[in-house]
Amino acid sequence: MISADLSIALPEILLALFAMTALMVGVFTGKDRVAHLVLWATAAAFVILALMVALQGAESRTAFGGMFIDDAFARFAKVMILLSAAVVMLMGQDYMERHDLLRFEYPVLVALAALGMMIMVSAGDLMALYMGLELQSLALYVIVAIRRDSARSTEAGLKYFMLGALASGMLLYGASLVYGFAGTTLFDGIISTIADGEMPLGLLIGLAFLIAGLAFKVSAVPFHMWTPDVYQGAPTPVTAFLSTAPKIAAMALFARVVFEAFGTAAADWGQIVAFLAVLSMFLGGIAAIGQRDIKRLMAYSSIAHMGFALVGLAAGSQQGVEAMLIYMAIYVTMNIGVFAFILSMSRDGRPVTDIASLNMLSAREPVKAAALLVLLFSMAGVPPLLGFFGKLAVLWAAVEAGMAWLAVAGVIASVIGAFYYLRIVYYMYFGEEFEELDRVMPNLQWGLLMASSVIMVVGVINLFGIESFAEAAAQTLVR
Amino acid sequence: MGVADFAFYAFAITVLASAILVVFSRNPVHSVLWLILAFLSSAGLFVLLGAEFVAMLLIIVYVGAVAVLFLFVVMMLDIDFARLKEGMSRNLPLGGLIGVVLLMQLGLLFGAWQEADGAMGLRQAPTPDASEVHNTRALGQLIYDDYAFLFQAAGLILLVAMIGAIVLTLRHRTDVERQDVLSQMYRDPAQSMELKDVKPGKGL
Repeated sequence: MISADLSIALPEILLALFAMTALMVGVFTGKDRVAHLVLWATAAAFVILALMVALQGAESRTAFGGMFIDDAFARFAKVMILLSAAVVMLMGQDYMERHDLLRFEYPVLVALAALGMMIMVSAGDLMALYMGLELQSLALYVIVAIRRDSARSTEAGLKYFMLGALASGMLLYGASLVYGFAGTTLFDGIISTIADGEMPLGLLIGLAFLIAGLAFKVSAVPFHMWTPDVYQGAPTPVTAFLSTAPKIAAMALFARVVFEAFGTAAADWGQIVAFLAVLSMFLGGIAAIGQRDIKRLMAYSSIAHMGFALVGLAAGSQQGVEAMLIYMAIYVTMNIGVFAFILSMSRDGRPVTDIASLNMLSAREPVKAAALLVLLFSMAGVPPLLGFFGKLAVLWAAVEAGMAWLAVAGVIASVIGAFYYLRIVYYMYFGEEFEELDRVMPNLQWGLLMASSVIMVVGVINLFGIESFAEAAAQTLVR
Repeated sequence: MGVADFAFYAFAITVLASAILVVFSRNPVHSVLWLILAFLSSAGLFVLLGAEFVAMLLIIVYVGAVAVLFLFVVMMLDIDFARLKEGMSRNLPLGGLIGVVLLMQLGLLFGAWQEADGAMGLRQAPTPDASEVHNTRALGQLIYDDYAFLFQAAGLILLVAMIGAIVLTLRHRTDVERQDVLSQMYRDPAQSMELKDVKPGKGL
């Protein structure tokens, strides 16, 4: 029995072993001199594990008495998490090195965070959920504060840690209420006790606390307050990481909890999630208008995007989950492109994050400006780019589920949100002359910026076939 | 009232009283000592419940390690506790109000509490019958067999905490002189000593 269990969780075990080996290698050999090697090895390990997960076959399996679920949904999320983590880590290598932040612990912590995310998306039990969540969060708190001689970075780490601890407390309190009602922490046990869809008050409050804790992790309004400060304070490669892989993991976990443990009471949590979605879309769109710092702007942008992804979840249907997964895949691809550009923004070797520094970028570097233009239009949801189809999918799922008002709110919010993306485009093409940015950009970042923007255009043909995988994933989750 | 009841009330009252004194005593060292008393009495409560292993754990881990560590931290760190408490009177009304509202909500929750039909059975499912298995053995079986996955994950979380503490606080200072045992051992008198012949009545 135990060997069967272990073989199901093999990717996780291999990643844990890899992280510990890399740590040992770092400690006992050249310290930070091997940081490059460890970083490349970690990225390679991520890619290999992603392949391994992707080729694992189609059936759903559970291990450790139902605490660990390996199904198409978990595999879809894991592949996205591992690939995006590998890309983002390689992309930030140059930045970390220039600012003397490339320590061998950094890739090790990223690997452990990714391991936490994999446990999260495979969780079949409230305790496993919490273990994965804490493993991921704790590693993230540390890498946010890794620039320890900067007050901003330390403050961001501390703030993230404090609020994260509060959110964990809420989540645990909710979990304890749910356990008090159901008498079990296994998701399939919980759903069996509410098979008739009737939820008593105590369970409902427990569910609300659970959702509050999860909403903090996806930074949905009103649990978003940490996001702008943490995004701004963290070193840019860490910000890029924060806005990609952990978001997928938290969103997948959110979907897993509400469908696997509370699937029969979709009407109850549907309205809570719809409420979070509407607030996030609007606040993300409106609060970003006043921002001048591109990292803060991306923070609000991620809040708004999470709002749209939550719309798909609020629909409570298989189509909604499928749309949410596709939306997340598109969002991560766009974010990687935009952050590849932000990482290269510097003047005399010092990083710049003011959006005014993008003035007249088109005159100096037309290719980069055009790529960024495509990405920003896609983020704003301008047809016929890929971002538009992502938004269309989630809003359409809401309409199909009889929540037309939610879709209308989404359309209005996306129009408001388009303003600040278009303002950056305006600066790039029609702005006033401003101090120039450095023109150097490492090949990898340039390549990713271009690749990401090309995907936004070419992907509209068939979404690279991702749709069928997302559909299979949604099918295993919503029954 | 039997002995067990008497023991329960004695331990319970001691826990409550010492918990209140932890918060209200002015001297932080006294707070920690009251905390130790609270732990000891709670251990007594666990013994009454038939959970000897948890009782022992509470004494060995919490009293023996954690509380003593607290005591050292409180004594070593020079924290001005009077200043920490300064904002309390200002924040007390709002904090108190929130506390009262929360308490009322929890009361409401408690009043309307109900559990699922099969909840009791599900709750007992993972644990073996208490009359057949010693509770230390039952705990061991749960933690190392059934919940081995969670146990290992918890271990990884602690590993991350350790890496984090080292990454964020360890500084390799270059301005301090360190002992280098090898270079000490390989010191050679011929290089490090110079013999001078000092003539009487003259300096060097």
